[in-house]
Amino acid sequence: MTGSDLHTALSPLDIEKIRLDFPILQTRVHGKPLVYFDNAATTQKPIEVIACLDKYYTEYNSNVHRGVHYLSQRATEAYELSRKKLAAYIHASHDHELIFTKGTTNAINLVSNSFGRAFLTAGDEVMISAMEHHSNIVPWQLICEEKGASLKVVPINDKGELDMEAFDQLLTPKVKIVAITYVSNSLGTVNPISTIVQKAHAFGIPVLVDGAQAVQHMPINVQVLDIDFLAFSAHKMYGPTGIGVLYGKEKWLNQMPPFEGGGDMIKTVTFSKTTFNELPFKFEAGTPDISGAIALGAAVDYINGIGIENIAQAEEQLVGYAYERLAAIDGLRFIGEAAHRAGAISFLVKDIHPYDMGELLDQQGIAVRTGHHCTQPLMDLFGIPGTVRASFAFYNTMAEVDQLVAGIEKAAKMLA
Amino acid sequence: MTIKEKQDELIDTFSLFDEWTDKYEHIIQMGKDLPLIDARYKTDDRLIRGCQSRVWLHADWKDGKLYFTADSDAVITKGLVSMVVDVLSGQTPAAIAAADIYFIDAIGLRNHLSLTRSNGLLSMLKQIKAYALAYQAKEKQ
Repeated sequence: MTGSDLHTALSPLDIEKIRLDFPILQTRVHGKPLVYFDNAATTQKPIEVIACLDKYYTEYNSNVHRGVHYLSQRATEAYELSRKKLAAYIHASHDHELIFTKGTTNAINLVSNSFGRAFLTAGDEVMISAMEHHSNIVPWQLICEEKGASLKVVPINDKGELDMEAFDQLLTPKVKIVAITYVSNSLGTVNPISTIVQKAHAFGIPVLVDGAQAVQHMPINVQVLDIDFLAFSAHKMYGPTGIGVLYGKEKWLNQMPPFEGGGDMIKTVTFSKTTFNELPFKFEAGTPDISGAIALGAAVDYINGIGIENIAQAEEQLVGYAYERLAAIDGLRFIGEAAHRAGAISFLVKDIHPYDMGELLDQQGIAVRTGHHCTQPLMDLFGIPGTVRASFAFYNTMAEVDQLVAGIEKAAKMLA
Repeated sequence: MTIKEKQDELIDTFSLFDEWTDKYEHIIQMGKDLPLIDARYKTDDRLIRGCQSRVWLHADWKDGKLYFTADSDAVITKGLVSMVVDVLSGQTPAAIAAADIYFIDAIGLRNHLSLTRSNGLLSMLKQIKAYALAYQAKEKQ
């Protein structure tokens, strides 16, 4: 379906039509219709994205920024058009502020390495939060160790919300960068990014936002929020795996050295000295994931066709409904009860191991994630080995939520 | 019974179940029959690391045969472990080292041997074989 069909919020009928755009949603698992609630791990792909990959390899596969021939020019145009679409999607001032990366992890590593080399020295601090994914912890630990800098961790309260008083106390001129997630992948907490950026900027400190669990759920305007860096992955926003984006303000990216060396990122190379290409190419060494970047553009088109505001509204209703229904299950407790939330709901039922619950839900065709969700320090804080996580996309239905609830109750009975 | 006979017996039992619920209820029940590891052996060095659930395994040596006790913090894993222990416990190191374990696949639990399941079953089989090889070497000395 296209945007012209949709002028208001998504109705159940619209959702039924939308589901037909995602071929995999027709899959049967163990003889039952698939109920896919692992969207925070990766979302499914609409036919437009799948067709885009096919079209690229069938009709104009060629290397970008190199050849003078027809195919290369066509591939280059499509690749750069995709960059423009992404810039528009997050409201960046310039297209060249968007760097194609392998994904969120790669984007954060780019900043930790490159920004770290340019700006971190012994005694400096990097601020993260207690709810970060390993991909927004480990890259900073590595560079801090190398530079003799230290990591400061903003704690959370028992609801899974950032402790903003502690944030204020930890925010000193020693901090050289704040790296924080917009939406927690395991708790669903939405952090007050605007406030965080304002406070950090008061000290002249830039902020990197891990947007992996945010860009698919809500409109993001990097200029209004005044975010310095935003990292996100294509595969969590209906695009293919292996490609993602780093948005960085021009003023920062220009001051940072290249992350990787190779083709495409250079201006001139001699054995004594190499001069580097300008943005964004300075940070895109080697042949990029061309098909992936173009298909990510198709994913953005798809989202725009439905409207990110419509998606946000539909998901808010769905998550609200799921929260209410899950809360009524005997012995279920939520891990993460933030007032402002999106995407994922984590929970445990009685003393049932998350793995047992996940296994018995799988047998009923229901896909959830179990375990620590790559947030081990956070699980340690809650004193649990992991959780069961149901994570939602706008193509999920209330009927699927009902199936999840029935599935949990059945599993709990079997495991009692 | 030989390792092969034990496996065939399990396969026969599971062939009676039409419904997944029956199959899993049986696995859960088998978990309850697992010879539990003595609390003093439930230490980190006997922990078989899977990504999600933990499995502790201990081997006892008696009259030329190996006897296993174990535990897990997940009920289904415990059932799977119980089956493996049932099949391999009380056998000679030579028989265990040479054993071809095919029942897991045959009763439709092959996904438990895949890397994504990460429940430690693969590592557990490896550990049991490692015990067997170690005792085999010891015997020869």
